[in-house]
Amino acid sequence: MDVLKGLLGIFLAAILTENYILNKFLGICPFLGVSKKLNTATGMSLAVTVVMVIATAVTWPIFNYILVPNGLEYLETIVFILIIAALVQLLEITLRKYMPPLYNALGIYLPLITTNCAVLGVTMLVLDKAAADPSFGYLQALVNAFGSGVGFLVAMVLFAGVRERLELCDVPKFMKGLPITLVAASLVAVAFLGFGGLVDGLL
Amino acid sequence: MAKKKTLAQEFTKGLVKENPVLRLMLGCCATLAVTTAASNAIGMGIATTFVLVCSNAVISMLRNIIPDKVRIPAFITVIAGFVTIIQLLVKAFVPSLDTSLGVFLPLIVVNCIILGRAESFASKNKVIPSIIDGLGMGVGFTAALLAMGIIRELLGAGTVFGFPILANIMDPIVIFLLPPGGFFVFGILIAIAGKLSEEGHAPEKMGCGSCPMASTCTKIQNGEKEEA
Repeated sequence: MDVLKGLLGIFLAAILTENYILNKFLGICPFLGVSKKLNTATGMSLAVTVVMVIATAVTWPIFNYILVPNGLEYLETIVFILIIAALVQLLEITLRKYMPPLYNALGIYLPLITTNCAVLGVTMLVLDKAAADPSFGYLQALVNAFGSGVGFLVAMVLFAGVRERLELCDVPKFMKGLPITLVAASLVAVAFLGFGGLVDGLL
Repeated sequence: MAKKKTLAQEFTKGLVKENPVLRLMLGCCATLAVTTAASNAIGMGIATTFVLVCSNAVISMLRNIIPDKVRIPAFITVIAGFVTIIQLLVKAFVPSLDTSLGVFLPLIVVNCIILGRAESFASKNKVIPSIIDGLGMGVGFTAALLAMGIIRELLGAGTVFGFPILANIMDPIVIFLLPPGGFFVFGILIAIAGKLSEEGHAPEKMGCGSCPMASTCTKIQNGEKEEA
C-alpha cells in the first residue's frame, strides 16, 4: 500500500509541482513552437510522453547495469542521446509498419523529439532522484517519466487554449508575437506555483 | 550568408543582428533555467561557447566526409563528445557551478543553438569562419544570458554577482527568481531587442530558419500530414 501511495505521490508531483515546462524549463521549444493549435499540442505531447517512458525504460538499465559496473558514468550524456536518437528512429519505423493509424497521428512529431531536452532531461533527472533516494527504483523511475509526460501534456494543452484566445486580442505592436506569448506563459507558470507543497500535504 | 563576409562581420553578427537567443529564439530552455543568478549565466554561457566553437570547428573539418543522410546523428555525436569534456572540466574545477547548473550542463547537447549552427553554418563553411561564427554566437548567447541573469538577480534577490545593490532601497521581488519571472523577463527582453532591431518588431515565431527540424515543424504548424 505504501508503495502505491509513493507511486501516486511521484506521479502527481511530476505533473503538478515539478512540471517539466513550467517549473523546470525543459522542452520550451515545442512549448512555444507547436502550441498554437490544440490538436498539434496534444499530438506532440502524446508523442513526447511515449518516448519519455520508453527512453527511461531503456536508459535506466543501461546506466545501472552497463555503465556503472564499468565505471563509465561520465559517458552518460553521449550514450543517452544516441540511445534516444536510435529509439526514436526505431519507433518511427515500427509505427509506420505495424500501426499506420497511430503513425499518422504521432509520426510527424517523432523526428522533433530527438533533440527535445525534456526527453534527455527525464532520463537524467530520474538518475539524480535515484541517487538521492535509495527507495527510488526502476518502477518509480517509469512512473516519474510517465507523470512528466502527462505534465507536459497538461501544460501544452492549457497553454494552447490560452494562445488561441490570445490570437484574438489586440496586443501592442512591440509585444506582438513571442513577447506576449512568453508573458502569457509566465502567468500560467504563476498558476502552477500554487501547487507547491500540494503533494506532500495530500499524502 | 552567400556573400563573402569578413571575419569581423561573422563575429559581430552573432552579437546583435543574429543574436541566437533574442533574435533567432534558439536555446530558450537553458536561457530561462539558469539565469537566476548572474554568475550562473556567465558559467553557462562560457560552457556553451566552448562546445559551440569546438563542435563548429570539428564539424567544419568533417563537412566533406559526413554523408548527408546521417549528418544529424553525426553532429549530435560530435557535440555530445564535447559536452562530456566540458562536464568533466566543470566538475573538476568549478564544482559549485556544476551543482547550480545541474542537469542543464549535460543538456547543452540538445541546445538548438549548437545543432543549428552546425547545420546552417559549420557544415557549409571553412574551418576559420566556422570557429569565428561559433565564437560570435557564443558571446551573443552569453551576453543575452548575462542580461537576463543580472535583471533577475537584481530584482529577485537585490544583488548582482552576489554583491548587495538594492539592500536598503527596495525589498527583493522573489517571483523573479521563480519560473514565472524567467518567462516574464525573457518576453520583455525579446520585445526590447525586437524594437531596437532593424525590423522594429519582435520575431513572430521560433527561430525556425536556423533549426534543423524546421521543415518538420512547419509541416506540423500547417496541419499537414506526411504522406504515409
